[in-house]
Amino acid sequence: MLDKNQIAQRIAKELKDGDYVNLGIGIPTLVANYIPDGINVILQSENGLLGMGPFPIEGDEDADLINAGKETITTVPGSSFFDSAMSFGMIRAGKVDLTILGAMEVSENGDIASWKIPGKMVKGMGGAMDLVASAKNIIVAMMHTNSKGESKLVSACELPLTGINCVKKIVTNLAVIEITEKGFLLLERAHGVTVEEIQNKTQGRLIVEGEIPEIAF
Amino acid sequence: MSKVFKNAGEAVYDIMSGSIIMIGGFGLCGIPENCIAALEKRGVSQITCISNNAGVDDFGIGLLLKNKQVKKMIASYVGENAEFERQLLEGELEVELIPQGTLATRCMASGYGMPAIFTPAGVGTEVAKGKEVREFNGKQYLLEYAFDADFALVKAWKGDSFGNLVYKATARNFNPLMAMAGKITIAEVEEMVEPGQLDPNEIHTPGIYVHRIFQGANYEKRIEKRTIRKLDQ
Repeated sequence: MLDKNQIAQRIAKELKDGDYVNLGIGIPTLVANYIPDGINVILQSENGLLGMGPFPIEGDEDADLINAGKETITTVPGSSFFDSAMSFGMIRAGKVDLTILGAMEVSENGDIASWKIPGKMVKGMGGAMDLVASAKNIIVAMMHTNSKGESKLVSACELPLTGINCVKKIVTNLAVIEITEKGFLLLERAHGVTVEEIQNKTQGRLIVEGEIPEIAF
Repeated sequence: MSKVFKNAGEAVYDIMSGSIIMIGGFGLCGIPENCIAALEKRGVSQITCISNNAGVDDFGIGLLLKNKQVKKMIASYVGENAEFERQLLEGELEVELIPQGTLATRCMASGYGMPAIFTPAGVGTEVAKGKEVREFNGKQYLLEYAFDADFALVKAWKGDSFGNLVYKATARNFNPLMAMAGKITIAEVEEMVEPGQLDPNEIHTPGIYVHRIFQGANYEKRIEKRTIRKLDQ
């Protein structure tokens, strides 16, 4: 089984040199720690920054320089600032190559629910609806099951949707799964996790074709 | 007529209860601290507030929420404010949650003199309820209207008496968009400079959009999540 850092590390293998990438809050933020050697990506923060760098060293924190998770950050050489309309303009226009975000549920046709539990939790969608409606490639990073042990990979989302037919790939603590027209296609399994366990914890239609390799880093 | 006001209290003199007010900032970054404090002091109520976030419990728009001065909040993300979530779940506060890009672009449309925009954000979700959907090049888009705000309260880094504004780093966010969109735009700045001192090539908001400007005071500039790394990382 993968921990959160390993999920991030596996997703980092999906990055291509020169990609403009938007990282959501939570596990996706950790992807920045595992960018492979020789791959240069430009991180977009939707509050108005291209070229996001690591957290500042103590004493260099700047209240005017934060990421979309409201954390203090730095910039890398060649970075640029812009307003929120331009930020979502570049997202809407498909300039951002890859969006990595978390989810509460993903359905077998690529619908995603991530922003609301009616009557219980209302935080808002933030920029997630804009991102999933327009990004060319969308990868979800999440646990395979929720805190009650229920599958988060479902035939149809029960929670309010963030976007429809948009998720391309899911990396969980158990598996790497691609969304296809036929359903969840199992690509890789975590070390020590059987196909049967993944099957049991996937409520939506899981397609298993041939031998499923273990996730390698 | 001079656009320069002495302080926030004087600049917000005619904001009345029931007004629709845009408030710039993302989280606590780039919020008009002085104007918010002046609204709190002025005691206006029943306001409709358009802002990306709702502050935290004891700072930013959270101060207005705590005093029950806000009738309706239009925002994209309110997760950092427990009092907000409580008022929302108990039905004490009207809330319209909208996608962040839609929020930004509805401000922009207003400042650009365009009545509406089409965006794919929210298609197929509850955000689309009751909205016109139109297909362009095989993709569906929602019709979203420009905002119509009585006042816009924004914060800039530097400004001059013409109302020209320059923002710093990610404190820019919604500020220039809301500055363009207010029927009356009030800008507070960290540093007031003489006309000519700002390089015209580098002005973010041309003064035509700004009706009132003042030098802000006592900025707290609170950091919401202080994250740091060790030197060797």
